[in-house]
Amino acid sequence: MTTTSPHPTTLFEKLWNAHLVSPESDTAPAVLYIDLHLIHEVTSPQAFSELESRGLSPRRPDLTKGTLDHSTPTLPAGADGRLPFFTAEAEHQVDTLRGNCARYGVELFDYDGPHRGIVHVIGPELGLTQPGQTIVCGDSHTATHGAFGALAFGIGTSEVGHVLATQCLLQRRAKTLAIEVEGELSPGVGAKDLILHIIGEIGVNGGTGHVIEYRGSTIRALSMDERMTVCNMSIEAGARAGLIAPDQVTYDYLAKTPRAPRGADWDRAVARWSQFKSDDGAVFDRHVHIDASKIKPTLTWGTHPGQVAAIDARLPQANDPDEAKALAYMGFDGGATMAGRPVDVVFIGSCTNSRLSDLRQAADVLRGRHVHPRVRMLVVPGSEQVKRDAEAEGIDAIMRAAGAEWREPGCSMCIAMNGDLVGPGQLAVSTSNRNFEGRQGKGARTLLASPLTAAACAVAGHVVDPRDYLNAVVKDVA
Amino acid sequence: MSASVNPPSGTQGFVELVSRTVVLRERNIDTDQIIPARFLTTTERKGLGRFAFNDWRYLADGSLNPAFELNKPHNAGAAILVAGRNFGCGSSREHAPWALTDLGLRAVISSEIADIFRSNSLKNGLLPIVVAQELLDELLEQPGIELRVDVRTRTLHLPDGRGVQFPLDAFAQTCLIEGVDQLGYLLRQIDAIHQFEQRRDAAIDNQQEQHHAR
Ligand code: SF4
Repeated sequence: MTTTSPHPTTLFEKLWNAHLVSPESDTAPAVLYIDLHLIHEVTSPQAFSELESRGLSPRRPDLTKGTLDHSTPTLPAGADGRLPFFTAEAEHQVDTLRGNCARYGVELFDYDGPHRGIVHVIGPELGLTQPGQTIVCGDSHTATHGAFGALAFGIGTSEVGHVLATQCLLQRRAKTLAIEVEGELSPGVGAKDLILHIIGEIGVNGGTGHVIEYRGSTIRALSMDERMTVCNMSIEAGARAGLIAPDQVTYDYLAKTPRAPRGADWDRAVARWSQFKSDDGAVFDRHVHIDASKIKPTLTWGTHPGQVAAIDARLPQANDPDEAKALAYMGFDGGATMAGRPVDVVFIGSCTNSRLSDLRQAADVLRGRHVHPRVRMLVVPGSEQVKRDAEAEGIDAIMRAAGAEWREPGCSMCIAMNGDLVGPGQLAVSTSNRNFEGRQGKGARTLLASPLTAAACAVAGHVVDPRDYLNAVVKDVA
Repeated sequence: MSASVNPPSGTQGFVELVSRTVVLRERNIDTDQIIPARFLTTTERKGLGRFAFNDWRYLADGSLNPAFELNKPHNAGAAILVAGRNFGCGSSREHAPWALTDLGLRAVISSEIADIFRSNSLKNGLLPIVVAQELLDELLEQPGIELRVDVRTRTLHLPDGRGVQFPLDAFAQTCLIEGVDQLGYLLRQIDAIHQFEQRRDAAIDNQQEQHHAR
């Protein structure tokens, strides 16, 4: 409802206040209304079972949208028309979501349509994600949608049931953290390097209990794809949500999406959306300042996303047992640099970096080059739409000619639930968001990096500074 | 020895828990360690304890890793896990608390516990207890000591007689003690939810008229 207040308020407070069914008190959390509920096959089945056991059905199936992404294969259907699921259980999970959506009238972006994909890629590209909304999903990277000025956060399966049954959640208000980013990113340094650098600065728990608002000239200069990369990894700093105020960049993006309002409705929507920004003088609980001009290509070296280093920096000595354990798991010596370390797998994909602009960056490096014979490179577009757009530009041909595998959309090697995995002890340079032990397969070692860095490493066959490949890229583009 | 839970295990909530601790010293134990993603293809919530800490708990040949704390015979039956700072970071998977409670755990103590994991735990009768780093360091140094957790007074009782208060949201406390079901609570707000939807639709319409008038 109204977002005006006598005091200067933050974007988070405006979003919060506009969705309060009832405010919080000492004895009870707030009841917060949810505008858009995204569901996928992994975290929803037990929620539907819970509803069923209570004789309930979804209250607003029209505000619930489903897709299939986590346990789906990225190889096409076989000659028999059957998808090559990794396990019968995975196939059953997919069928369970199909059954639940059909039964309750929830729109499902399935294989038979043009829009299936990673839940956090399709929401924005369809224009389902809009400024001023509250958006939840049983998935921690729901923070991605905050790039549009929506309060978007991950929830557990019990809460998926709460939202299905009531369209509401019980929530305590979070604290606010303003991350002010000023300065220009250097050539070869992108949104992924920026967010990895930020997580390294504030720590893997630096955002716990907070909603982050990313602000400043660097953020305003980012494209929507880049803003999504930044907000996506808010959870990697412990924050449930990340926000960027909507502006003309947001509206230009949304205007091209199929589900955005049209005509006079569009003008009214933009007028409403443009209120969703922090007022001058609004008070945040914490501030962090980042100088973007100092950031270099950045990768993780350890087993959580806060263990990052610039490509040319020396890794820490094993200062404490946790660092020693991480270095040992990764097979790095304290004080060494990452550059030169042989790479086995390169993965370009995930809700962090699987959009068209990410694939273009990787293709710019691979054009006319070859993936090193030692390296297996997997390129997995975030959605059917991204795949079509990329193929229309010939990106698939560039990838294939370079020796990379061009796959069907899905989460794939980000979470390694579908059979796409990194082998024990292998080193992967991955554009995904988590480098936890075994995240990409039991015993797998992961370096998180930008699409540019990942592609450069694929060509070199070892960890390499992507700026070495930049001149050629610039020439290609020109 | 096994833990005593009042009321006994099997019910979701509890008011008192007495148990020895089992200690995992690592910091930042993430949800992929608590239950690796490859076990998430289930459509059930029961029986996930066998996958808890899978990649730390089992050796390559599938046998139990004797060096892993939870596998040591003297830790059998412990219901309180003491873990290094920032426990439960990572994904929103509720499979994490499902797996831990299936293993018999009823409380996790750390100096910091990730938001979504904490919220998920409270919905499954697993009590997240956040203590000061100094106390955590002390607990990490003394594995196996017996602790008593009183949910009514939000107090952790140590063997030397000290009682330490821990933060617990009043609503979550009531839910634990009385077994209040959060979905049931929300369902009782349906009238208010309906009114919110109507108010909001009206406000948007009104705003649209104002915009027209401009
Ligand atoms: S791509 Fe990875 S992080 Fe994103 S939703 Fe899928 S599994 Fe989660």
